[in-house]
Amino acid sequence: MRQYFGRKLLVYGLTFFVAVTINWMVPRFMPGDPVSSMVARAGVSNPGAVETMRTYYTNLFGFDQPLWKQYANFWAALLQGDFGISIWVFPTPVSEVIMGAVPYTLGLMIPSVLLSWVVGNWAGAFAARRKLLDNTVLPVGYVLTAMPYMWLAVLLAWGLGVVAGIFPVAGGYSFSLQPSLSWEFVADLLHHWVLPFLSLFLVALGGWAIGMRNMIIYELESDYSNYLSALGAPQRLIRRYAFRNAVLPQITGLALQLGVLVAGALVTEIVFSYPGLGSLILKAIQNQDFFLLQGTFMFIVLGVLIANFIIDIVYVVVDPRTRAGMAGAQA
Amino acid sequence: MSLRVSELRVYYRTLKGDVKALDDVSFTMRDGEILGLAGESGCGKTTLGKSLIRLDGRMRHMGGTVELDGRELPIGDDRRMNEFRFHEVSLIPQYSMSAMNPTRKIGKMVGELLRSRGVTLDRAELESRLDLVELPRTVLGNYPIELSGGMKQRMVMVISTLLNPSLLIADEVTSALDVSTQKAVAKALTGFRDAGFVKSMIFVTHDLALTSRIADTIMVMYAGRLAEKAPAGVMVTAPRHPYTKLLINSLPEVGVRYADKKLAGIAGSPPSLLDPPAGCRFRDRCPLAGDECAQEPPVAEVEPGHFVACWKA
Repeated sequence: MRQYFGRKLLVYGLTFFVAVTINWMVPRFMPGDPVSSMVARAGVSNPGAVETMRTYYTNLFGFDQPLWKQYANFWAALLQGDFGISIWVFPTPVSEVIMGAVPYTLGLMIPSVLLSWVVGNWAGAFAARRKLLDNTVLPVGYVLTAMPYMWLAVLLAWGLGVVAGIFPVAGGYSFSLQPSLSWEFVADLLHHWVLPFLSLFLVALGGWAIGMRNMIIYELESDYSNYLSALGAPQRLIRRYAFRNAVLPQITGLALQLGVLVAGALVTEIVFSYPGLGSLILKAIQNQDFFLLQGTFMFIVLGVLIANFIIDIVYVVVDPRTRAGMAGAQA
Repeated sequence: MSLRVSELRVYYRTLKGDVKALDDVSFTMRDGEILGLAGESGCGKTTLGKSLIRLDGRMRHMGGTVELDGRELPIGDDRRMNEFRFHEVSLIPQYSMSAMNPTRKIGKMVGELLRSRGVTLDRAELESRLDLVELPRTVLGNYPIELSGGMKQRMVMVISTLLNPSLLIADEVTSALDVSTQKAVAKALTGFRDAGFVKSMIFVTHDLALTSRIADTIMVMYAGRLAEKAPAGVMVTAPRHPYTKLLINSLPEVGVRYADKKLAGIAGSPPSLLDPPAGCRFRDRCPLAGDECAQEPPVAEVEPGHFVACWKA
């Protein structure tokens, strides 16, 4: 058991290292110069002042040092929990900017990922081997899963937001309100949350339902199901076993899909101007904000890794075969 | 009379038409009898075994009746048949290696299965039967993957016979086992019969040598029909049907070197059951075939308990 988790942790550590390195590299290899754009934004015309500002900013962000040193400094700062200072909203620390956006992204991601997984599995299992349901759930599932997130988001925004006018199409809350813990604000927050949530939920739902339907059919055709039927066991028992065994690959699927789901959430946030990490990434790219971009990516990488680790643990709990395999490895 | 099968017809629905896998088969079994059901692949032996407990999705009951202990089995009606399964008719499947749910502990699975059939698990009885097949009692706390192939086979045998069914169908149970395990399984099966756990048994196999050891009666099928049915000793020493004779002649013998004497086989291959030829279905491969074989031979009792479907027997 310890050996298994030790190996897992090592792999996650390596992944983290590589991801962080790529994170550091990508913004620096983007075309453009953030310092020039900051100076330009200041709108100073005096050449002497421009030069002073340029040296000041370059020093401040450490761009005057050789690349390897920048890289080393980056790790040193990171280990102290310091993500640097944002260029876009200078001089707010990146960690502060990210913390302001994280609740929105998590509030969108966690319910949509978990609910779509649970409801999708349930719908798929329910449809399997029932002709009429199968003929409806399957095509609907295919249509949903084939939809790009942002396209469905745009459709929903147009249909339910612009035409029907039921939901607001942009923002995390009304601009007329200040964030506070009042009923009014919370209700407004939920009202803005519905459409982005729905677009993420629906697209993911289709994929899970199709996967589960296929897995259940496979399990119902398996030898143990046939044996139980031959011994006259009721369908209820056979379906329960089949569901339990079919869920296992779906858990693995969830782990594999997490990265994709996060990416989908980011795009959806941009469509709805939702003030989460996705919008932050867009802003960071537009403003050449290395540090903010690094910080956001770092947060996403950490999130995906932690979620995967949790799924690894869950898998060990639900599938006895992994436990047996571990015991064998120890002996 | 424990089991009476009369004029049973079971066809497979396919896109090209009905495959007549079981065409007009009749036989009876006594209480306590072990019937060895033999024949080459595709002769209908597995179909017959399945028909008596559960038709799969492609199989259709086209006619004939099955009577067990005086009650007719509704073999064409999946739902009504449930009442008989496990309690009256039970099965040791071909796929014992994968017959148990891989994610449930065996003891728990057995308990759940029994409860779903309205029976409470008698732990002591279960354990005494494990002792009988020489399985440690701890297997009940194991998952199926923790057992060897032979252990899984014996576990499935115990599960299938737990409710003392009247008829047990053992479908190719020894095919996937090595010779020494085969012997243990065969011994356990006869032990079950002798202990009264099962009243009678159909032992489906393609292994004539093994069948002759454990069966009281052997029934040989060919192309969906009964070819010959006789007491095991008679079948091996004095077969009457030309097909049975050739089948027994083509068995290799221990201690004989076949380098200089080629092992005899049966020339040709069985007819397609999609559209079987009229008359005797073995006619094309039969060395004795004559004009009368264009007529279908009836099953005749040439000696008490010895049935042959051949004009020349």
